[in-house]
Order: sequence, then C-alpha cells, then structure tokens
Amino acid sequence: MTAQDRVHSAAEGAANADVYEERTLGFWLYMLSDAVIFALLFATYVVMAGNIADAPSPQSQFSLSHAFGETLLLLTSSLTFGLASLAQKANRPRLLQAFLLVTFLLGLGFVLMELVEFQGMIAAGASPDQSGALSSFFVLVGTHGLHVSVGLLWILVIMSQVALKGLTAPVSSRLARLGLFWHFLDIIWVGIFSVVYLPGVLE
Amino acid sequence: MTDSSPNNTVQPVLPGLRRYLTGFVLALVLTVIPFALVATGSLPQTQTLLVIAAAAVVQILVHLRFFLHLGISTTPRETLLAIAFACVLIFIMIGGSLWIMFDLHQRMFT
Repeated sequence: MTAQDRVHSAAEGAANADVYEERTLGFWLYMLSDAVIFALLFATYVVMAGNIADAPSPQSQFSLSHAFGETLLLLTSSLTFGLASLAQKANRPRLLQAFLLVTFLLGLGFVLMELVEFQGMIAAGASPDQSGALSSFFVLVGTHGLHVSVGLLWILVIMSQVALKGLTAPVSSRLARLGLFWHFLDIIWVGIFSVVYLPGVLE
Repeated sequence: MTDSSPNNTVQPVLPGLRRYLTGFVLALVLTVIPFALVATGSLPQTQTLLVIAAAAVVQILVHLRFFLHLGISTTPRETLLAIAFACVLIFIMIGGSLWIMFDLHQRMFT
C-alpha cells in the first residue's frame, strides 16, 4: 500500500480510478456475504426466540427507551459519516477529521450502551448460556456490536492515515469503503430493532 | 465514480449535503413511527407488527438510496447484480429456514 501512496501523478491517477472501482465492487461482495451471515443469524433468532427454557426470556429484559437511544446514536453517526465524506470531497482534511471524531464518539456511545445492556441482562440471570433464545439473541446483537467495534478501530486507522499522509487518492478510496461499511452496519441495526426489540417489547 | 476521483479537485458539496440530510430526516421519521406505536400501544398487535415491517423495509431502501448512493443508472451493473443475487439468497435462506422450522414445530406439537 505504501508504494501506491507515493503514486501521485495525474496520468497514473486515471489508471488508479479503475483499481478503486474494482475495490469498491470487491468490498460490496464482502458486505453482501456479511449480509448473508446476518440473515442467517436473524432466521436463527426468530426460530429460537420462544425457546426460553426456565431462564428469563430475552424479551422480558428489553427496554424500549434504551433501544431507541442506541438507534439514535447509530443513525446520527451515519449522518456525521456522510458529512465526513462531503468534507473529503471538498478537500477539507480538518473538517473531515472533526466529523470522523464525532462519528467515532457516537459509535463508541452505541457500543458502550450495548455493553451496559448485556451486563444488565447477565446480572439478571439472562446470560447466553441459559437458553436457546438468549444464545441466539447474544450472537445476533453481539455480532453486530463486534462489527461496529471493528468499524471504530477502522475510523481511528483512517484518521491517523489522513493525519500522516494527507488526503491522497488511496486514503480517500479507503475512506469511501469505510463509509460503505459504516452505513451498512446502520442497515443491519434497522433489522435488529425491527425484528428483535420492537416485537419483543410488544409481546 | 466520484469517490475515486483524484485529490485536489473540489466538488460541489451542497447537493450531497441536501441528500444526507433528506436521508437522515426520512430515516428518523421511519424510526420514530414504529417506536411510538410500540410505546403507546395505540394499534392492535398485528397491525403494529405490519407497520414495523413496512417501516423497516422503507427505511432500508432510504439508507441504500441516500447513504449508500445506490441508483439504477449510477451504480455499476456488476454491483447491482451482486446485490440482486444476495437479495435472492437472503430471501431463500430466511424464508426457507422459517418455513421449514415452523412447519416442523407444528408437526411435532400437534
């Protein structure tokens, strides 16, 4: 990658555009296979949601306001990431860094809220080893949380690359793929609150 | 693709800003509606579930359009084909799993 970062000339820039377009397609393929994994976790949760054994049901542990707070954090972080992409297009590295930092903090808030929820559930005896319903709940929501955590790490990596290398073409193209990933995670979360939390509270 | 354009070219930002804000407001409305329905319980359970499902599908489309910038003419054809293929796969796997498992459930307990 470092060799590519040194390529700056306009003539090579045009040839690189094809490479970046290919990488965008490749990243879409990764995200779609990730979406298939999540689809199976969703199906597993729906099948297992009633299998509560003698443990407290996951549904009895849900808090509507907590889920709403998490949703707002993640949705707002999607907006601030969009603003970051616009700052990159306008070639304003400092503004870009500021928006990336806000996105990072919102995402961190989301992950922390999720950890608080998990901890409260485990303290109430609703840990993943208690029933099929709880196992599938923790795997589905936890896998999403893990993805967001990796996204947070990726934001930090991109922020340091922007700081060290500036807004070069390779860094901008990585930022664009991180954007795809971040917005994709918000879509998965729409599925989680619509399939897990809202019907769970409704019962 | 605009994303891979070389640096030092400043592009107009306003249309993009309007786009993200539109997407954000739409997504917010489509989030508040199902949460408010569940919180107030103003509709019977079945109708509430239908509204939740409809709001989720529309919100996912809003995200794809306004945040991921998908468009029939603007997105490369390979990407669109891959997305369509993944949708078919997801439909078969979710639909098939639920069909089989709930059918099995019924046969075992009735």
